[in-house]
Amino acid sequence: MEVKAKEIRKLTIDAIGYLGVGHIGGALSVIEVLTLLYYRHMDVSPEDPKKKERDKLVLSKGHAGPALYSVLADKGFFPQEWLHTLNKGGTRLPSHCDMNRTPGIDMTTGSLGQGISAAIGLVLANRLDKTEKKVYLIIGDGESNEGQIWEGAMAAAHYKLNNLIAFTDHNKMQIDGYVHEIMNIEDLDAKWNAFGWFVQRVNGHSFEDMDMAVERAKKEIYRPSMIILDTIKGKGAFFAERQLDNHNMNVNYETAQEACRLLDRGN
Amino acid sequence: MNQLEMRAVYAQTLIELAEKDERIVLLEADLMKASGTTVFKNLFPERTFNMGVAEANMVGVAAGLSAGGKIPFADTFGCFASRRAYDQFFISANYARLNVKLTGTDPGVASEYNGGTHMPFEDLGIMRNIPGLVVFEPCDPVSLKKLVQQSAYHTGCTYMRLHRKSVTIVYPEDEEFELGKGKVLKDGTDVTLIACGAVMVAEALKAWEILNSEGISVAVIDMHTIKPIDTGLIMQYAEKTGGFVTCENHQTINGLGSAVAETLAENCPTWLKRVGVNDEFGEVGTLDYLKERFGLTAQNIAAQTKELLKKK
Repeated sequence: MEVKAKEIRKLTIDAIGYLGVGHIGGALSVIEVLTLLYYRHMDVSPEDPKKKERDKLVLSKGHAGPALYSVLADKGFFPQEWLHTLNKGGTRLPSHCDMNRTPGIDMTTGSLGQGISAAIGLVLANRLDKTEKKVYLIIGDGESNEGQIWEGAMAAAHYKLNNLIAFTDHNKMQIDGYVHEIMNIEDLDAKWNAFGWFVQRVNGHSFEDMDMAVERAKKEIYRPSMIILDTIKGKGAFFAERQLDNHNMNVNYETAQEACRLLDRGN
Repeated sequence: MNQLEMRAVYAQTLIELAEKDERIVLLEADLMKASGTTVFKNLFPERTFNMGVAEANMVGVAAGLSAGGKIPFADTFGCFASRRAYDQFFISANYARLNVKLTGTDPGVASEYNGGTHMPFEDLGIMRNIPGLVVFEPCDPVSLKKLVQQSAYHTGCTYMRLHRKSVTIVYPEDEEFELGKGKVLKDGTDVTLIACGAVMVAEALKAWEILNSEGISVAVIDMHTIKPIDTGLIMQYAEKTGGFVTCENHQTINGLGSAVAETLAENCPTWLKRVGVNDEFGEVGTLDYLKERFGLTAQNIAAQTKELLKKK
């Protein structure tokens, strides 16, 4: 898993670096969770991306699309060369996830807060179809400022959507600064608990911790799950990690390549 | 509830669709009683989702149900369907190329005692801006039933304005409809009245009687689909009558009048007057009071028509 995550991280840094600008901070903080889901937990078929019976992922923080594209390319949903078309005119890999352009994307996102509602709808549709397939949802901590997140929190618990397994990428930063300074969302655990969710909080860069949390979430029989991931924004790119301006930043391609080399050397 | 009420027809139509197609599901936002769809819930409890007073989430969940292969109908007052859940409808439903059927009830003055906060005079304009969206407003039970049936199997999202209560019957039971194709209710040669919705189609027909009795030859068109607008029919009547009065329970800005004006200006510049709300907010009152207050009456349509004929 660690080796795979390093490959995914390098592909992501390379793609954003090749373009020269992008949402690198919030893409790099979700590399591990995406790797864990797509390589250990999710039942998906690259040769048949729209297969009816499958697990689905809603990346509600749609701007982390480049991280997911790296996973999907590596899994074979589309050729890896596509990664260098990121955000270029006519590309099939736009900044924010688009289910109509990119094979393997299960829901169009980009307007923050909306993914939770879509994920709820997907779970309700599965329930009508009598399938126990999971819907995974990733929201951001800054995104948790949105009122729609909490409308969805209420509804998912009300409908007892145990097949909804959500993650908050809690990288502690949003565009204008630290989350606790711009719009404090703590006590996040208590909030999701109060809304009736099964809440766990783990290191979002630890496969072992996240894997155990997902396994526990899968055993829930009536509550939706929220797994709060303590993460580092810009994780693994020396020029971006923990930088307050890393939400959407210019990235020199040589610097990006240097970051990839450093990852290879284990730094 | 009166069986002739539009909401009863709406619910019955959804029930008939749902009996044949298990993909049909219904979402409400704590207005199920107002929408008249409790009967649907009683028959299909597992396919009915009351999302509480949370319209943004309701529309987003509808989009998710659509992404999961369902055909969701989502109802709320038109003010909330358009203004409050617009971004969700725009992005999660329309931009995502999904298949959400959104119904905004109590259009314009039909909000009556709920007043200005609940009185959408702008929803047609808001919705007309969404690429590819079908926007329509049936005027009677027959057109409601037939157009809802079509919208269910239209590939893509739709927005419907639904007058909930009893209305004037305009069409015989066996009348057929096509989304995007207006209906000629009366033929004439001097001027064309183009109306949409229960309030204004009825008023336009009353105006026809007034004008006809005065020897003016008036055509009346029910333009139930505001988008895509029936350009061919408008051009045909531009040639035939050379003048139009549009009649809408909505602002004259960005609604039916604007759609007709755009069509005429680009294809065949023709005299036009727009009867509708003139850049004002709504207020409380009875339907009759509000129709008078905002000039949504046969008398005003007739007066505006005569003004237009002076110019021709």
